[in-house]
Amino acid sequence: MQQFIMTLIDGINLGSVYALVALGYTMVYGIAKMLNFAHGDIIMVGAYTIVVFITRLSISVPLAMILCVAFCALLGFVVEKLAYKPLRHATPLSVLITAIGVSYLLQNLALLIFGTNRQFIVRFIDVGNFNLFGVSVSGISVIIWVTTIVIMIGLYTFIKKTKLGRAMLAVSEDKGAAQLMGINVNRTISITFVIGSALAGVASILYSAKYLNVDPYTGSLFGIKAFAAAVFGGIGSIPGAMIGGLLIGLIEALTASYLPFNLNAASDGFAFVILIIMLVLKPTGLLGKKNTEKV
Amino acid sequence: MAMLTINDLHVYYGVIQAIKGISFEVNEGEVIALIGANGAGKTTILHTITGLIAARSGSIIFQGQKLTKTPAHRIVKMGIAHVPEGRRIFSHLTVYENLQLGAYTRGDKAEIEASLETVYRRFPRLKERKNQVAGTLSGGEQQMLAIGRALMSRPKLILMDEPSMGLSPILVSEIFDIIKSISEGGTTVLLVEQNAKKALTIADRAYVLETGKIVLSGNAQDLINDESVKKAYLGE
Repeated sequence: MQQFIMTLIDGINLGSVYALVALGYTMVYGIAKMLNFAHGDIIMVGAYTIVVFITRLSISVPLAMILCVAFCALLGFVVEKLAYKPLRHATPLSVLITAIGVSYLLQNLALLIFGTNRQFIVRFIDVGNFNLFGVSVSGISVIIWVTTIVIMIGLYTFIKKTKLGRAMLAVSEDKGAAQLMGINVNRTISITFVIGSALAGVASILYSAKYLNVDPYTGSLFGIKAFAAAVFGGIGSIPGAMIGGLLIGLIEALTASYLPFNLNAASDGFAFVILIIMLVLKPTGLLGKKNTEKV
Repeated sequence: MAMLTINDLHVYYGVIQAIKGISFEVNEGEVIALIGANGAGKTTILHTITGLIAARSGSIIFQGQKLTKTPAHRIVKMGIAHVPEGRRIFSHLTVYENLQLGAYTRGDKAEIEASLETVYRRFPRLKERKNQVAGTLSGGEQQMLAIGRALMSRPKLILMDEPSMGLSPILVSEIFDIIKSISEGGTTVLLVEQNAKKALTIADRAYVLETGKIVLSGNAQDLINDESVKKAYLGE
């Protein structure tokens, strides 16, 4: 029982981080109708900024965390401006290939600057353990959950209640009609990239605090799984990204702990098996909307 | 002076020329109808005015300001609202949220609230359904929402693209009554319609389009009695 609860906790931790990254995929897809395959690599960049700011420059932890999120947001902004905005009217395939190109560019820049060796990160968030129903839960787990819940609620409120959030929903449904309302579509897309990348920045802090290491390919597998989470939940759907992230995290943790020997090494792949089954049964994902329009 | 002046407008979709040198004017307070068959270029003209399509050459001047180089999202603020063909309401959002988006360029909350009340007074159905998701409205209600949403920007000029399309005859009459009352409220109207008869009964003047060119223009009353118009567009 104890082991089961520990596994669940691990799964929720992992899933929370997936969910934060999946939000970025899903928001950008919803608004710009593109799959930003470089999104996962933002986590890797964020983790390296933690290495630089905390380990090398010894900046205070809270400031380093703020700088990390700011740097990721700026990176998202710059990537969108330089790589994607010029392709606004290009075919989806060109945009997709550009995104893959940006992903490799970021990985190779990291290789160039930091080398192939895995960098270890000092334990920069150090809090004691909590006792939850007789199970000892690490402080970092609690921080991950609280951060994720706060961000989810904050994001949901932002999108539902603010003018800018409503503009994002309008752009995601019909760019032309949104322009007729006076919404600056380019600016809205740009802001979406900034928000998505800032969330990836937060995810990179949680990831670094929990796993304490980074290499240039950290974002790649992690990003693909977060993307799977976004598709699982229904790409374009914000609650879908949250649920998809948590489920993929839980599936991964449970398969890693409970599958018999030899098979548990394949826990990375199991998330994708579940994704494929999901897509066969419900192609729009768990909460994906089918667009039925009245004419 | 004319409120909107279009001069020698040429618009292309790729290599295909949709608008071949069109000039016309809309004066303040008028209801102007653009009539013509499918593919004549009516919708293209409206899209060019509100900046959804760029013109190849020619000019569009609204109250002394050139629109041809103005980005679409700034044009609403200058006082032009567009009720697009097929309504294009935001179907996943509520009626209330759609109307709020219509006032996107406006800042004053109290005045927006007042406009909202005005729209609700004009369309009581929208008030009843303000928290309903717009995609679940009937066709007629969606058209009312599209018009209400456009009015939320407090336009000086409102462009309407096929507002009667796909509606039952009773609703068509209702929509035309609404257009008339919008005009009586002081808003200038540029109306694109396939229902030429209805359009001509409420319009002051009209332009007849054929394959990207204006072939006939004049007072709506005169056009209704014009033999060639009767034959081609009024089905008599």
